[in-house]
Amino acid sequence: MSPIARKRLGRAALNTAGVLIFLFAVFPVYWMVSTAFKTNDQIFTTEFIPFPTEITFDHIDRVLTKGVAGNSIWLYLRNSAIVALGTVLIGSALALLAATAIARFRFKGRTSFLVLLLIVQMIPAEALLIPLFLNVKRLGLYDHLFGLIVINVGLTLPFGIWMLRTFVAAVPKSLEEAAWIDGASRFTTFWKVLFPLVAPGLVATSIFSFITAWNELVFALILMSDSSGYTMPVALQFFFGQRGTDWGAIMAGSTMMTIPVVVFFLLVQRRMVSGLVAGAVKG
Amino acid sequence: MTNTSTIPRGDGRSATPGRRRDGDRRAGRPSGMPPWLVPYVLLVPGLLVIAGLLLYPLIQMIIMSFQKVGLRQIRGVPAEWVGGDNYSQVFANEIFWSSLRNTVLFAVITVTLTLVLGTAVGTLLNKLSGRMSLFVVIGIMSAWAVPPVAQGVIWRWLFDADAGIINWTLNLLPDWLSNLLFGRSDWTGEPWLNDAITIYIVLIICVVWASFPFIAVSVLAGLKGIPSELYEAAKVDGSTPWRTFRKITFPLLKPVFSVLTILSIIWNFKVFSQLYVLMNGPTNREAFNLSMFSFAEAFRSPPKMGSGAAIAVVLTLLLLVVTSVYVRQIVKTEEL
Repeated sequence: MSPIARKRLGRAALNTAGVLIFLFAVFPVYWMVSTAFKTNDQIFTTEFIPFPTEITFDHIDRVLTKGVAGNSIWLYLRNSAIVALGTVLIGSALALLAATAIARFRFKGRTSFLVLLLIVQMIPAEALLIPLFLNVKRLGLYDHLFGLIVINVGLTLPFGIWMLRTFVAAVPKSLEEAAWIDGASRFTTFWKVLFPLVAPGLVATSIFSFITAWNELVFALILMSDSSGYTMPVALQFFFGQRGTDWGAIMAGSTMMTIPVVVFFLLVQRRMVSGLVAGAVKG
Repeated sequence: MTNTSTIPRGDGRSATPGRRRDGDRRAGRPSGMPPWLVPYVLLVPGLLVIAGLLLYPLIQMIIMSFQKVGLRQIRGVPAEWVGGDNYSQVFANEIFWSSLRNTVLFAVITVTLTLVLGTAVGTLLNKLSGRMSLFVVIGIMSAWAVPPVAQGVIWRWLFDADAGIINWTLNLLPDWLSNLLFGRSDWTGEPWLNDAITIYIVLIICVVWASFPFIAVSVLAGLKGIPSELYEAAKVDGSTPWRTFRKITFPLLKPVFSVLTILSIIWNFKVFSQLYVLMNGPTNREAFNLSMFSFAEAFRSPPKMGSGAAIAVVLTLLLLVVTSVYVRQIVKTEEL
C-alpha cells in the first residue's frame, strides 16, 4: 500500500472511531427524547422503532397537566429552579468574598484555609446526611425549600471558592491600584473594577453550583415530606408506579429536567474542565 | 494554565514588601478597617458556612456513631451512649460486607474502564481534524450533562425487560454467537434489574457512559499542552504509536492522570442517584453500596441513625485514605 493510501485509510479509521464514540454517547440521550414523543403503541413494543413515525405531545401534555404525586411537573421544575438559583445567589456572593481574600491577600492562615478547602471537598455528602437532617429539623427548616438551599450552599461552596480564586488571581492587580490612586474607596474598587472583570469566572462557577443543586437527589429526598416541595429528581421517582411504569411520561419529565443542564453545560464546558483539574494541566 | 496573577508563585515570602507598601498607602486613609483585617472579614462568611454545614456535622456524625439515635431521639429525647455497639452490630451484619464489596469492586471496575475509555477518546480527539473533533466533543458533552437521576432513568429504560432496546439487540445476535458468549440465545423478557450482579453491570455501563467524557476532555486539554516537536522527534526516530504514548504522553500527563484517578474514585465510591433509580429505591439489600446502606439504615423505619452514622464514618475513612494522596499531590504541585 502506498503511504498516501495508508494515510487515507488511517484517517478513515479515526473518523469511524469518532462517529462510533459519538453514537455511543448520544444514542441514550436521543432514546430518552424520542421516547418522550412516541405513542404508547410505539413505546411498548418488542420492535425497534428508531424514529417516532407519528409524533405525539401527549406525554408532555400529561406531565404538565396531570403531573405526578398530585402536582404538575411545573411545580417541581419551579422548586428545582428556586433551590438552584437560591444556591447560586448565596453561594457565589460568599465564594467571591472568600476567593478575593485568598487571591488578593497574603495573611496568616491562608495556606491552612486552602488545605481545609481541599479536604472538605473530599467529605462524601452522603455521609453528612444524618446530622444535617437532624439539624435542619431542629432549626425548623424541614419541608422548606430554604433548608435545601442552605444545604446546597454548603455542598457547593468549597469547590466554588477553589474555582473562583483562579479567576480573581487572573485580574491584574495594577487595575485596582490605579483605582486606589484615583481615590476610589475599597468598596468602589471591588465593585467597579474587580467585579466586572471577574464576572465571566463568576458565571462559570455559578453554573457549576446551579447544576449541582439542580441534580441533587438525596437531601431533597429526606428533607421534603410534602409533595408540593419536591424537586425534579425526587418527583421523577414517583413515575415508577406499582402497576407498571409510564415510560412516555417519565421520559418527557427527564427530558425537561435535562434540557437546562445541557444548555448550561455547553456554555461552560471548557472552564469546568480547567477548574476541576487546575494546576495539574500545566503543559 | 497561564497565571497572570501578580501574586508570586511559591511561598509568600517575596510578597512581603508589596504588602507593606499596600499597608502604608491604605493606612493613610481616614475611613475603613486596618488592612490586615480585610482578608479575615472577607473569609468569615464562607468559613462559617463550611464550619456549620460540613465540619460540625462531620463531628456530630462521629459522635452519633457511638450513640443510639432512633425515633425517640429524633423527637428530642437525649441520645443514649452505647460505645462501640453500632460498629459491632454493623460489622456483624452481612449486608455491610456485601455493601463494602459492592462499593470497592464497583469503584475499581468503573474507575479503570472510565480512565481507559476516556484516555483513548481524548487521544482520538487530539488526532481528529478540528471540525470532526468538535462534533465528537459536542456529542460526548451531551452524555456528560445528563443529570444523574435521568441517567438512571435512561439506562433503566434501555435495559427494560420487555420493551428495552438492549434485549432486542442481544436477540439480534446469531444464536451460535450468543450461546458462545453468554450460554443462551433468547433474551426476550430478561430482567436485568432484579439481581445484584446484573444491576451492577447496568450501573457500571451507565456511570462509565456518563463520566468518560470528562476524562476525555481533560486528557485532550492536557495533550494540547504538549509541544508537538516531541512527537515529531519521536516520529523521526521511528517510534511506534504505543511507545510514543508510553514514553512521551504518559509521563507528561502523569499529574493529570493522578488527579483524574482520584476524582473518579471519589465520585464512584459514593454513587447514589443512579443506583437509587436503577433498583427503585433502597429495595434490594444485596445490591446496596455503603451510601445506600447508610441511607437505608437511617431513613427507613425503624430509623437507626446511630448505625447509619457508623457506616458513614467507615465510608468517610475509606475515602480519606484514598484522597489524602490527592491532597498531598495538590499541595505539592500547585502554588496555593
